[in-house]
Amino acid sequence: MKTIYNKLLFLVLLFPFSILAQSTFTGTVLDQASNQSLPGVNVVVEGTQNGTSTDFDGKFSLNVKKGDVIVFSYIGYKNYAVVYASQKDITIVLQEDSSQLNEVVVIGYGSVKKKDATGALSTVSSEDFNRGPLVSADQLIQGKVSGLQIINGGGAPGEGAQIRIRSGSSLSAGNDPLYVIDGVPLDTGGGAVQGGRNPLSVINQNDIASMTILKDASATAIYGSRASNGVIIITTKKGKSGDMQVNYNANFSVGQITDYVDVLSAKQFSDFVMAKGTVAQQGLLGTANTDWQKEIYRTALGTDHNVSFSGGLENLNYRASLGYSDLNGILQKDNFQRVTLNVNLLGKFFDNHLKVEFTNKTSSNKNNYSERGAIGAAVSFDPTQQIYDDTYGYDYFQWLGSDTSNPADGIPDQEVNAGRNPLSLINQKTNKGLQYRSIGNVQFDYKLHFLPELKAVANFGYDYSSGKGYGFTDANYVVLGERNGNYNNLEEKKNQVMDLYLNYNKTFDALSTNLDFTGGYNYQNFNYINSSFTNDVINNVVNQGASSNETVNLQSIFARAIFSIADKYILTGSIRRDGSSRFTEENRWGNFPSAAFAWKISEEGFLRDNKVVSDLKFRASWGITGQQEIGKRYPTTPLYLNSTETASYQIGYDANGLPIYLQPYRPQPYNLNLKWEETKQLNLGLDFGLFDNRITGSAEVYKKNSSDLIVFTANPQGVGFSNADFYNIGDMEFKGVELSMDVYPVKNETVQWRVGGNITFQDAKVTKLNLIQSADSEGIIDVGGISGGTGNFVQNHQVGYSPNSFYVFEQVYDAAGAPVEGVYVDRNKDDQVNENDLYRYKKPSADFYYGFNTDVSYKNFDFSMSWRGSYGNYNYNNVYSNFGSVSTALPGNGNYLQNASSNVLETNFFTPQYSSDYYVQDASFVRLDNVTLGYSFPDALGKGKNLRLTGAVQNVLVITDYKGIDPEVSGGIDNNLYPRPRTYTLGLNVNF
Amino acid sequence: MKNIYKTLSKLGVLLLALTMISCVSELDQEAPNDGNQISGEEFFKDPSSYKQFLAKLYAGLAVSGQSGPAGSPDISGIDEGESQYIRGLWVMQELTTDEAIIAWNDKTIKNFHYQTWTSQDLFINATFNRLDFQVKLCNEFLRQTDDAKLNSRGVDDALKAEIKTYRAEAKFLRALSYWHFLDLFGSVGLVTEDSPSQFFLPQQASKQEIFDFVETDLLGAMGDMRVPNPGSADYPRADQAAAWMLLGKLYMNAEVYVNTNRYSDAMTYIKKVTDESGYTLAANYDELFLADNDRPAVRREVIFGVAFDGLRTKTFGGTTFLTHAPVGGTMAPAEFGINGGWGGIRTTSAFVSKFDDTGVDSRAQFHSNGQTLEIADVGNFTDGYGIKKYKNVDVNGNPGSDASGDFVDIDFPMFRLADAYLMYAECNLRGGGGDNVTALNYVNMLRQRAYGNANGAVSNINLNFILDERARELHWEGHRRTDLIRFGKFTGGSYVWPWKGKVPNGAPTAAYRNIFPIPAAALGGNPNLIQNAGY
Repeated sequence: MKTIYNKLLFLVLLFPFSILAQSTFTGTVLDQASNQSLPGVNVVVEGTQNGTSTDFDGKFSLNVKKGDVIVFSYIGYKNYAVVYASQKDITIVLQEDSSQLNEVVVIGYGSVKKKDATGALSTVSSEDFNRGPLVSADQLIQGKVSGLQIINGGGAPGEGAQIRIRSGSSLSAGNDPLYVIDGVPLDTGGGAVQGGRNPLSVINQNDIASMTILKDASATAIYGSRASNGVIIITTKKGKSGDMQVNYNANFSVGQITDYVDVLSAKQFSDFVMAKGTVAQQGLLGTANTDWQKEIYRTALGTDHNVSFSGGLENLNYRASLGYSDLNGILQKDNFQRVTLNVNLLGKFFDNHLKVEFTNKTSSNKNNYSERGAIGAAVSFDPTQQIYDDTYGYDYFQWLGSDTSNPADGIPDQEVNAGRNPLSLINQKTNKGLQYRSIGNVQFDYKLHFLPELKAVANFGYDYSSGKGYGFTDANYVVLGERNGNYNNLEEKKNQVMDLYLNYNKTFDALSTNLDFTGGYNYQNFNYINSSFTNDVINNVVNQGASSNETVNLQSIFARAIFSIADKYILTGSIRRDGSSRFTEENRWGNFPSAAFAWKISEEGFLRDNKVVSDLKFRASWGITGQQEIGKRYPTTPLYLNSTETASYQIGYDANGLPIYLQPYRPQPYNLNLKWEETKQLNLGLDFGLFDNRITGSAEVYKKNSSDLIVFTANPQGVGFSNADFYNIGDMEFKGVELSMDVYPVKNETVQWRVGGNITFQDAKVTKLNLIQSADSEGIIDVGGISGGTGNFVQNHQVGYSPNSFYVFEQVYDAAGAPVEGVYVDRNKDDQVNENDLYRYKKPSADFYYGFNTDVSYKNFDFSMSWRGSYGNYNYNNVYSNFGSVSTALPGNGNYLQNASSNVLETNFFTPQYSSDYYVQDASFVRLDNVTLGYSFPDALGKGKNLRLTGAVQNVLVITDYKGIDPEVSGGIDNNLYPRPRTYTLGLNVNF
Repeated sequence: MKNIYKTLSKLGVLLLALTMISCVSELDQEAPNDGNQISGEEFFKDPSSYKQFLAKLYAGLAVSGQSGPAGSPDISGIDEGESQYIRGLWVMQELTTDEAIIAWNDKTIKNFHYQTWTSQDLFINATFNRLDFQVKLCNEFLRQTDDAKLNSRGVDDALKAEIKTYRAEAKFLRALSYWHFLDLFGSVGLVTEDSPSQFFLPQQASKQEIFDFVETDLLGAMGDMRVPNPGSADYPRADQAAAWMLLGKLYMNAEVYVNTNRYSDAMTYIKKVTDESGYTLAANYDELFLADNDRPAVRREVIFGVAFDGLRTKTFGGTTFLTHAPVGGTMAPAEFGINGGWGGIRTTSAFVSKFDDTGVDSRAQFHSNGQTLEIADVGNFTDGYGIKKYKNVDVNGNPGSDASGDFVDIDFPMFRLADAYLMYAECNLRGGGGDNVTALNYVNMLRQRAYGNANGAVSNINLNFILDERARELHWEGHRRTDLIRFGKFTGGSYVWPWKGKVPNGAPTAAYRNIFPIPAAALGGNPNLIQNAGY
């Protein structure tokens, strides 16, 4: 039997030879960029099943006949075809495909080819990232993607950012997108902990292969209740088969401040006090000429090193990298240090039926936060005073009170209401942070032996972080109560995730349909542990903060089916059912469905051979996503909260006549009826490629309706345990249009020039905000607290308006155009001007924002530039309003002076006019974010060993009418922003 | 082979099912695992919980939240210090009158003195919410301590007896806040322990209904309160005398609240305070407002006080506010036992002129050095005399317990015997009974203490004298607005003082401002509430 079988097989194999003269075609496939061999490349004779793939060394061997067209294809590379004409040992060079349309993009629990995607998503891969001394993932894609707005919190290294995909979807709950890193969804907002700055600084930017932004409901709904604000999927680099490759990347950067807040000079201030101050105040003037802002800032140096090793063995691909960054901030003493370790192992076993992937990203950050209060203090500290003064042993000049009796040392202590010397704040106070974070997972991906179309995937991941913020104050600091004081805040987060799912992928030839079905279960558990203490040295007590240990649990089942019919029509449907421990059993579960349709018009006969249109796809999607990330973790549970020792109350005396203090318990507010926020989103999109994809782009139109928004709003009198609580009462409407385009005006062997741009029009409006519908109240929630006085707000949410609209008085101006102090328009014409005359004037969010970038490569040179801008966004200039009046410069509550904003010379306001619309200023801007020039030395260190040098400038210039130092302020209240420096970076990249 | 696969896959499905079942239970997260936040069920298992809950009802008058001085606020929408009970009450009762004026630029705070506030006012809203918070706490305490609940938790008889007293105190504290509601806002929602504990829209009660509720509740509860024992080891818990005092105040203002003359009822309870309670005057006026005013010799005068401590009961409201805010200009912070003043509060010349003998009357604690008598600019601290009443030093001049000089130890005297004496005299003059010899004697006891000798003694008194004497004796203790209204002088033009009506010399204001508007936020939250006339 066996012999017969063998013989038959032999015959079958010989059969082709017997008909046509066959020959063996051999050769090697190389990657154009690295000149390395490419294993796993498909080599197929066109129109047949005859094919093979390249081996470990990129070599192939295939039986062909003359005239056969042999096609080489490899994911991420352009196909290459040769006609066989008896060539021997041919070398095929495959070129990476820069057209995004062939990319594979990760979507939740799987991946699709970008050209088959039905949802609105954008991918930015590592070569398109912003360059410079960037330490967190969000900065890499700032300005690159339509519908994604990133406003970093200021110019400190590793500073956090406000990140919004399509404006977010919520009012009071979080608006941060969900981050999924190599399959591990992180905690809200990326999961910041104590002692850290930007939660995304945990991943080394050099390790990121791509970032995919999921925008519409079709793309995000598979993440259900965590997806209302969009999803950012971060994929790290993985090893490729082949010899070990080493890549070393280094950056050296120099940052400098670009602008200072306009304040009175020593001369101007002295004249000002002599003209307007009392005799006593005039006597307080010093004789020095100190520019405090120049004193607190410095030239900031930074370095960043990263070395990675990657390669593949027979069953195992590996990549490991080690990174180290040490970046100074421009504020004296401010420093960020980070060590990162990233490991990725991918093993393939049993004929590639079982894939096991292990990833781990570990980072340890060390922060030295110099006292931020120095930024505001440098604006307002008297410029006529000298920096140092050691008369009383304080080292620095300080405003002192008259009291020398407490302690009775004859030394006057601080003037309570005065500002402190900015340099003393920096040098006599220390604030540090340590942050450790480890994110890891292991994923088993098993293709069933008896049914290879079915894949079972099990993913186990964790995200552990611990942070510590601590600090202390020097013994000779002027404030008595703070001397020698120290504090310590500890935080720990443990996030566990488990995904179990099946994927079935089969092409039904009879129906020309491919079905891709995924269904499974997801488990997430978040544990948060906090504790803190403050050491009140002068009173010799350690005040314990309220410690907490809280858990949130989320569980889901999900399913998704993708039908591709005739490679033209793609239908996607998904559903996710989510349960959250935040809600009661009755409201716990929410269903989040989505549906989408894509039509690849360019695959239709009438366009297939069109010379102009190379790709054209229309998409439509609908879906519902949810949100449960309100700040509270037990919002539906009746709880009693203990007080700290410092909020005790005396209840009687003990036998010795000493007071007995009890720590009272308070019943905590809760709302049993709380449930999911929901966002319905409709999206229409068009992807196109013209002239052989020399022009590619996409357009999106969307409309989102959020309902049952969890809003923190007033309780009816007598109801609940506080005056306000969380209710599902808000509705919002979001609309937007997003356009993006990439054009290659020149593309040939020596020159490649790409021009890209994107623009996003957005509109958001609150449509409901009332607990109770009544004619009396339109529902107003004050937001936008400012500096100056206490409890002053300048923004609110109100039905019919954009959230966070400014809510201010309409300033009256005199004939000369100067604002008249305290005189406002009586808008409701009731002959008195009071709070009822406040009106909504402008908003902090932009009407539209845009990015424009271009890169050119000519031979070994490359040049790139990226611009970013925003229009229709306004800021409240809190620096002007808080420091721009006579009475704040010449205070009546103590013996001290404060410098004023130069604006005081224009307004001549005596008393601060916080609520005037005069301070709401147009903050539209255009910013040249980045200019980079690079030169590559191919084979500089031997064949395939390349070297590249880059020089980059960040934050090159800003064009704006805004009067503060920087128009870009998240939230729209400009109050002592950490200035964004201009940074020059020199970069070196070697691979061998 | 195939069988093995089948078995394996069956096993896999089973395992998956098991994991999911065991995991689903994790969606029931009952309470945090830190001991600081406990589920209600767990909390009341501990017998000492009742006293710790009661402590919160008292602490509601003193602190602004569960982290002193700030960090875990009881109410939101305003700076935490400004949300404190005494501070909120004080700014509405004092800044609106001739006794006090403030320099700060905090939102609408100057509108109090100008009498131009609106229903949007954040301070008014905060006080409204603070009173409401206090009522809600008391209601919950009463709900959690009814017989059925205590029996179900197996509370023993001794504790039950103790809890009975706690319940009476909770009712007193609730009555106190409803009285404040009635006095400041008039007609508001009336919510009790019998009201639903979940979301509902309370009906607005008339002033009469609130008046009746306070009266009935106090009359019902006072028997279960502790018998007055001045200076006892239970300080600062309220005893029966506190309830008498509150009833006295309710009846004395009944004409304002419900257009009914109840002076003789007022006299009944004032006499209980003066004759039966055993409370006595402290020896020196200024000791009542010092860091050690909880000494037995001093607290014997304090019928109901709110306790503060610089280390244990920290807040940016209360007496910390009352001590820091009036210090500025040439005043020496050390004299006040603090690290510095906040340069805010002074007084008007109208109040200064209430004293004939500023040099002799120890209650005239003015600071005029560097200050002008008249106020040209409200925002300038040195315009208007300062008042040096609350001082965080003990009788020997040593500063209070917080060595950093931030938080003070002074207890706030909500009700004290001197007030009862003047109420006696006023009630007597208004035909409420008592006798005029005692009335005159009570007034002269206060003047004797103030002058340190008999030189201040008066031989006859009338109502206008009483109003002025109340200002001299009780200024800055949170009574002035109520007093002026009772005498018809708060609004209108019969009495004006500097910057009343927003003009330097004072101007008449509209009578509807005798009560404050229901805050816009409260109206928005409950359409059953109707705004006070005029707003």
